[in-house]
Amino acid sequence: MDIGQILYDLIFDYTLRTVALGSALLGVVSGVLGAFAVLRRQSLLGDAISHAALPGVALAFLLTGSKEAIVLVAGAIVAGWLATMLVMQVTGQTRIKSDAALGIVLAVFFGFGLLLLTFIQRLPTAAKAGLDKFLFGQAATLLGRDVMTMAVLGGAALLIVALLWKEFKLLSFDPEFAGSLGFPVRGLDILLVTLTVIAIVVGLQTVGVVLMSTMLVAPAAAARQWTERLDRMVLLSGLFGALAGMLGAVTSSQVSHLPTGPTIVLYMSAVVAISLLFAPHRGLIARSHQRNRRRWQFAQEALAVHLSQHEGGPSAVLECSVDHMGAHMRWGAAFAGQVIRRAAAQGLVVRAGDALSLTPLGRETALKAMMR
Amino acid sequence: MSDNLEAASRQGAAIEATDVTVAYHEQPVLWDVDLDVPQGVLMAIVGPNGAGKSTLIKTILGLVQPAAGQVRIYGKPYAQQRSLVGYVPQRGSVDWDFPTNALDVVTMGLYRKLGWIKRPGKAEHSLALEGLAKVGMAEFADRQISQLSGGQQQRVFLARALVQDAQIYFMDEPFAGVDALTERAIITLLRDLRAAGKTVVVVHHDLQTVPEYFDWVTLLNVRRIASGPVAEVFTEDNLRRTYGGRVAFLAPSVAAGNG
Repeated sequence: MDIGQILYDLIFDYTLRTVALGSALLGVVSGVLGAFAVLRRQSLLGDAISHAALPGVALAFLLTGSKEAIVLVAGAIVAGWLATMLVMQVTGQTRIKSDAALGIVLAVFFGFGLLLLTFIQRLPTAAKAGLDKFLFGQAATLLGRDVMTMAVLGGAALLIVALLWKEFKLLSFDPEFAGSLGFPVRGLDILLVTLTVIAIVVGLQTVGVVLMSTMLVAPAAAARQWTERLDRMVLLSGLFGALAGMLGAVTSSQVSHLPTGPTIVLYMSAVVAISLLFAPHRGLIARSHQRNRRRWQFAQEALAVHLSQHEGGPSAVLECSVDHMGAHMRWGAAFAGQVIRRAAAQGLVVRAGDALSLTPLGRETALKAMMR
Repeated sequence: MSDNLEAASRQGAAIEATDVTVAYHEQPVLWDVDLDVPQGVLMAIVGPNGAGKSTLIKTILGLVQPAAGQVRIYGKPYAQQRSLVGYVPQRGSVDWDFPTNALDVVTMGLYRKLGWIKRPGKAEHSLALEGLAKVGMAEFADRQISQLSGGQQQRVFLARALVQDAQIYFMDEPFAGVDALTERAIITLLRDLRAAGKTVVVVHHDLQTVPEYFDWVTLLNVRRIASGPVAEVFTEDNLRRTYGGRVAFLAPSVAAGNG
């Protein structure tokens, strides 16, 4: 498979173009809404919604006999929305915590959905085939009409987020304050959750109910690593989602029998892994680098402080010796040697044989460290 | 607004709560609470944990629906008087790792005035900067909020309430977990507000500082035990009725200065 051919097909091949467009679309929409879900600590809600959509899809098919995207998507939206309202009711009215409520609702809806799916498989009609693609997703079967449906729904969701940007930001950061200002917090909450339902349903056919929640959580988690601003995080999250969606869908449509959902999720996981490791400030490597730097800085300051306490004192010869530092600071001889070498290189101490003495700069460093 | 204030000075009550009863899951949290807060006082609400102090504030602000009773701000329901009220929630009620900076949080105090959909612009940013300057935090405007100390975060919340430019302020434990420096800064701010004729209601935990910081106090334990000028109602007897006889640890000087 050569890249040039794929790029050519992306533009001129109907199937590939449709698949790529649809998957990028689902990635953007779920990435943007996912950023809010993650910040509002509702990451698990996506999982419940996507699993709960399955019986909606199956029922919509049973009632209408149609496999049109618009029919199935409508069924999925209704079921996903009902499940969400159920979770909010159970959490609000009972002492059951939200994670338990999510777990219960997810299992009940998904179980019912599997039951219906099995029932449909046994039907003697020819139209039954293909509903199981909602389990793991199949991008290759996306049609132009499907993408149109996704574009209208997803576009509407994104437009609402853009218009109500400030309201959603306030709702996500401080709902109590939003309420005191007179914003209808419950209404905004339901609206944002409804948009999340739409984001999930838009991706169901491509990614499948089992893995769809990843497309909500993973781009947001990755994006959070790179920025400290909400607008940039949301944009980046949408971008990551689109990238993984497109790469995954194109890969799976080029290789036969490769389900799209897992392929997209693998690409997404790679983005998450890179973000966790390499992001500046919040990334693991940056963090360990900072910790390491602080460790050396602290060691040198400790050395300077120790010397400044004892220089000129009665036991100065003993206290201010290379040998003594390893034992006194519990550093061990090797580490103590390195600390002293570095301190000497930076002009904090002067070493004469086994004896250590502070330079004026070293004295200043000790003073500063103690004042802090 | 000026009409409301005139009406208020005639009536003398900035906040008036009558027979407020609140229940969670059929458990009463507030029983039949009456409250009359005159304009221009610095009032502390004190009481043991679970006494309903925060709930009382949230009920006045319409965040919690009472099972019975009503609340009036300058003689009218809160929904009509929002522009007169500023709120400082508990610092721990939000996630400080939220991706935003101090200036942005303060700007949120202007969202009601902005109205739906409209985004904050230059005017709002300079107002927010002024607010930050009033709490001595101007240089931290661009700082990510998780990089601020507890006291600095509290001051950001205060600045957000200040830009609301309200007549009445409700503050939920602004002194919780702040250092001595911030505590002094907050108390100076409260006194400035009072001097400007504002009414400030503060949920407070440190009984020792009540006589020094406040001139009005409400003692609350599900029921309203007492409410009035500190000199009259902050007595050992009332404290014992509020805390159930466990106030022996109170320095005698606290109660001795009163009544």
